[in-house]
Amino acid sequence: MKQRNGFLREMRRNRTLYAMLLPAVLLAVVILYIPMAGLVVAFKNYQYNLGIFDSPWAKYGGFDNFRFLFISGKGFSITLNTAFYNLFNLVTSQALSMVVAIVITEMRGRIFKRATQSVIFLPYFISWIIVGSFAYNFFNYEIGSLNNMMEALGGARVNLYGIPGAWVFIIMAFNCWKWVGYNSIIYIAAITSIDAECYEAADIDGANIWRKIAYITLPSVKPTVIVIFLLNISRILRGDFQMFFQLIGMNGQLFNATDVIDTYVFRSLISGGDVGMTAAATLYQSVLCFLIIIAVNWLVKRTEPDYALF
Amino acid sequence: MSATNPARPGRQKNRNRIKTPASFLAFNYLGKLLVGLVALTCLLPFIMLVSASFTNETYIATHGFDLWPGELSTKAYETLFKNPSDIFRAYGVTLVVTGAGTLAGLMLISMTAYVLSRKDLKYRNRIAFFFYFTTLFNGGLISTYIFLVRYLGLKNNLLALILPLLFNVFYLLIMRSFMASIPASIIESAKIDGAGEMRVYVQLVLPLAKPGLATIGLFIALDYWNDWYNAMLYISKQALYPLQYLLYNMISSAQALARIASQTQVAVAQLPSQSLRMAMAVVAMGPILLVYPFVQKYFVKGITIGAVKG
Repeated sequence: MKQRNGFLREMRRNRTLYAMLLPAVLLAVVILYIPMAGLVVAFKNYQYNLGIFDSPWAKYGGFDNFRFLFISGKGFSITLNTAFYNLFNLVTSQALSMVVAIVITEMRGRIFKRATQSVIFLPYFISWIIVGSFAYNFFNYEIGSLNNMMEALGGARVNLYGIPGAWVFIIMAFNCWKWVGYNSIIYIAAITSIDAECYEAADIDGANIWRKIAYITLPSVKPTVIVIFLLNISRILRGDFQMFFQLIGMNGQLFNATDVIDTYVFRSLISGGDVGMTAAATLYQSVLCFLIIIAVNWLVKRTEPDYALF
Repeated sequence: MSATNPARPGRQKNRNRIKTPASFLAFNYLGKLLVGLVALTCLLPFIMLVSASFTNETYIATHGFDLWPGELSTKAYETLFKNPSDIFRAYGVTLVVTGAGTLAGLMLISMTAYVLSRKDLKYRNRIAFFFYFTTLFNGGLISTYIFLVRYLGLKNNLLALILPLLFNVFYLLIMRSFMASIPASIIESAKIDGAGEMRVYVQLVLPLAKPGLATIGLFIALDYWNDWYNAMLYISKQALYPLQYLLYNMISSAQALARIASQTQVAVAQLPSQSLRMAMAVVAMGPILLVYPFVQKYFVKGITIGAVKG
């Protein structure tokens, strides 16, 4: 009884504030929460004329779609690929962005500083379609600049679109390139909010630049690093569909090394229209991501409670 | 890195009034080299793209892509704008979607973020989790598609391009951090002076949040401007194609080139197809790059992640 009074009193006291939340809550319910109900199709044998709720249940107690995803061995390989690319790309792009941010905030020369900071943000502004055509300009066999350069230097032309292993690094490089401006701004914002007195005191004590970075800058950006890490871990099994689709597209030669859950699902949807398996893969991604972030957040909460997400 | 290792001993003579330690000089030059290289890699593909769009088609076929047009030609742009109705219509669609989506999204996100940053709101963390949960768990490609198309009837409707990108939870988190940096005492005193919650938000908080609004506004605008994915899913009528999807079609399908050929009454084989694609990419990314200088000054102030806990 007391608790209900507390709830009502809070609602009355802050009624305008809660009313201001209403549009966002309603929108989230309509376009994010209601479609979740559609995931039940993962356990069904979807038939177009019957719709989601009237389609019959799938075989094997509803788990036929999941069985189909894993029976070919495809499920495991795309899961591993997705997790690998996400971790590899996260670490490389964050490391580069942090180094760039530290250099930009510490280095001399106002004009150089402003010019470089503006230029590295350019890739963030363009769609993956345009990045895909950059990649094509650079790597294609007949007229790509890389092959032209190789030939001018006396080497042979290489068809990179036939070498899966190279794409691990090409994708990593494009990912770094696309996000370096955006990520470094986040770190620059964190570094500039450090109290200047810390650096002055270190100067008086005779600390050199490397020591100042190691003992002041890096510890100060730790909260930012942890939040970014946690936010990315919570989507570790979601591939960056736009990046993979525009860089790799439908090039079957590269799928073994570059197929992630999202691209595989997309292809099976447009080629075979396999709605049930698509939903099964989505549900599998969501459940695993959810369990992983709960576990990681629990660990963070135990060791450094201030940094936990929730 | 040793502090006593003089990287460039000659430089110190000129600066004997304020002695710059050798360790800093080493850092400064190494850092500038690195950041300069990163900036160059970010800039060159753009120059190459613009250059290719102004290069004679036969020159590209024999020499490949260059940093400077080997043989200047404006044929690609002439072909593109000979019958510009497709492009202008796509511009119209992109402008409407970007304008409406950015305005609505910014209002929604700023209002929600402000309320969630208010520490006197009892249920703010639970409601924040209600939003955050949707990044872990969601309906995914297939149930969202079925829901929007079958139940809301949004196939070939511009709302299908606006709704999916309207409410980005990550932007909500950034904005909430930003709002939390507005001192509570300012809001308190305005309320003591008799201002209602809505008035505090509109007349006090929004002007103070200008850097945050500019930054997040740009991010939302970019999401809409660069979106081709939702168009691929929900739009099948050529008249409703946004700019990026038009570009995607031109790059990936021979059909789109055939359409241009028939509109301009040129044989497909004679179209400057390489430079035409590049010209279209320039046309598609141009306007959004022009916005950047105007919002850049707000950037560092606008992004705060992890520094302030909500």
